[in-house]
Amino acid sequence: MDYSDYPVKGKYGRYGGSFVPETLVAALSELEMAYARLRGDKEFQQRLSVYLSTFAGRPTPLYYAENLSQKLGGARIYLKREDLAHGGAHKINNTLGQALLAKHMGKTRVIAETGAGQHGVAAAIACAALGLRCEVYMGTEDVERQKLNVFRMELLNATVHPVELGSKTLKDAINEALRDWTANVHTTYYLIGSVVGPHPYPMIVRDFQSVIGREIREQMTRQVGRLPDALVACVGGGSNAIGTFYPFLDDDVAMHGVEAAGAGLATAKHAASLCAGSEGVFHGMLTYLLQDTDGQVQATHSISAGLDYPGVGPEHAFLKHEKRVLFSAVTDTEALEAFLELSRTEGILPALESAHAVAHAVELAPTLDQDDVIVVTLSGRGDKDVDVVGRYVGANI
Amino acid sequence: MSAIAATFRELRRKNEGALIAYVMAGDPAPKHTVKIVDALVAGGADIVELGIPFSDPIADGPTLQRAAVRALEAGTTPRKVFDVARAVKSAHDVPLVVMTYYNIVHQMGVEAFCSAAEQSGVNGVIAPDLPVEEAALYKEAATRYGLDTIFLAAPSTSEARLEKLLNASSGFLYLVSANGVTGARETVQDESIAFIKQTASIIRGRAPLAVGFGLSQPSHVRQVIDNGANAAIVGSRFAEIVEQNLDDSDKMLKMLRQCAHALKRSTRLSGAMEVTD
Repeated sequence: MDYSDYPVKGKYGRYGGSFVPETLVAALSELEMAYARLRGDKEFQQRLSVYLSTFAGRPTPLYYAENLSQKLGGARIYLKREDLAHGGAHKINNTLGQALLAKHMGKTRVIAETGAGQHGVAAAIACAALGLRCEVYMGTEDVERQKLNVFRMELLNATVHPVELGSKTLKDAINEALRDWTANVHTTYYLIGSVVGPHPYPMIVRDFQSVIGREIREQMTRQVGRLPDALVACVGGGSNAIGTFYPFLDDDVAMHGVEAAGAGLATAKHAASLCAGSEGVFHGMLTYLLQDTDGQVQATHSISAGLDYPGVGPEHAFLKHEKRVLFSAVTDTEALEAFLELSRTEGILPALESAHAVAHAVELAPTLDQDDVIVVTLSGRGDKDVDVVGRYVGANI
Repeated sequence: MSAIAATFRELRRKNEGALIAYVMAGDPAPKHTVKIVDALVAGGADIVELGIPFSDPIADGPTLQRAAVRALEAGTTPRKVFDVARAVKSAHDVPLVVMTYYNIVHQMGVEAFCSAAEQSGVNGVIAPDLPVEEAALYKEAATRYGLDTIFLAAPSTSEARLEKLLNASSGFLYLVSANGVTGARETVQDESIAFIKQTASIIRGRAPLAVGFGLSQPSHVRQVIDNGANAAIVGSRFAEIVEQNLDDSDKMLKMLRQCAHALKRSTRLSGAMEVTD
């Protein structure tokens, strides 16, 4: 069986599944059936593709980062410019797809969770475009840290619900969205932001994000004349990474997933569930988790809010288990240095999430031949992170 | 026959429903839990459910979320909850069920969890986020250790699925009275009553039906028992009493006993049978 054939019965090998309270079982099976119908529906796919091109700005460019490549003196580095998609990140690929799905299912109310606010904003954008009511759960800790994104969501006509409970961050926002969905399952669509959660969510989000990898394939063929030798993407929940990898899973292409090592894997302050976690059941899936010996889910840390999540998509857990994707982790400092490097050499401010992938590519490129090609997915743009970077370099802004 | 089944049989003989009292173990600290259970049993609880706190309780409303936070902050671990269970069983002959999210079971290992439960005198296990499709190993191990496995059915559960849940369940079947999370509600909705009646007519006595989520008052208990439930599960109401009396444990225990007493009184059918069809 090929890697791209998964999930099988909702599982990626032993990972994934659907560990949810009974109330959600019927809703997930309704979602699975609706999606199975629309996945092969030409009209639906056509409609989505029009939104992706005329609204979201796809295809995003594949850019040869010549300055950086020559400086490093190894493989040629290409950047997949998801930072140029509407909203400034790859998140829009998923929110447009799912919002359209919600509409086809006759749901009028959409709920979403957000950490730093990127997915919340992307969900608000898609819902505004499609005329759906949008409510976003966000931990109070994050609301405080990301006031601008809260206001952005409100400008886009979304309602933001602060979540006071638990660690008051992304994981608690997901808990609260799941609770809301349990109570309002008939009217409400839960638009999850990454390849996490119970089946069929990891599959649906992967399918919508796979537009990234499909475009890379076409662009590589056209621009370089062959497939890339290696793909590099950052992994929090893992949606931009799986979107990049999935169309190449059955080809002879190396794949590198890069997690957030925060203050270092030897400390408790990181978010590297695959590199330093263990198997567990969380947010409806069997996957790798950062947890204590009793199974309590741990607080995480990363300088990039988008990677600050104690779990990871189950398909990544499977691809790690199969050794199909190599996972490593990059510290806060390494990511910040990569942010500065890409800004200076290429004129591109990467999101701090994406800077983790850049940092890994900077290590990888010199070890490969000059004929080799690495594609790095720049999942988002870094404008949102300039204050964090400013603090790092000691700038007074 | 399991202790839980025996309790239901005995209550049926007395023409009573069961009061199942849920307590978050370790809230506000592990040393309080045995006394809290004492008070609830003295008030009339027929079966006790001990919650093992989990960091991310997605089926719970704010009241039990806060209870879990207090318990975890007080250092409550699954092992400590089993110690509490052992202490409860040495003081009372009451059937004891543990309820926790599946990661707690998974992390300890299904075999070790069931073994620890059995050794501490626990009679049954509820894991609200473990779907029946994933439960084969758990069911097998629990059965081997003489533990009842209690599954939940919801208003959205199809009839075919209800049969599956019934087959996997022992002790009783847990009916989630309404869509949503745990937590005291003002009233029992008409849809909940319809769900209980309909389920009772499908199950036809093949398993005791215990209704939970949202029940907090004697009138709620009366309503669900009158409409075909064999037990009412109350949890958040007790957690509220604990929360409101954190600095006065005597008052807390007295109120818990009184609350359980009033709820238990409503499970006694006496003339109430006549109004059901």
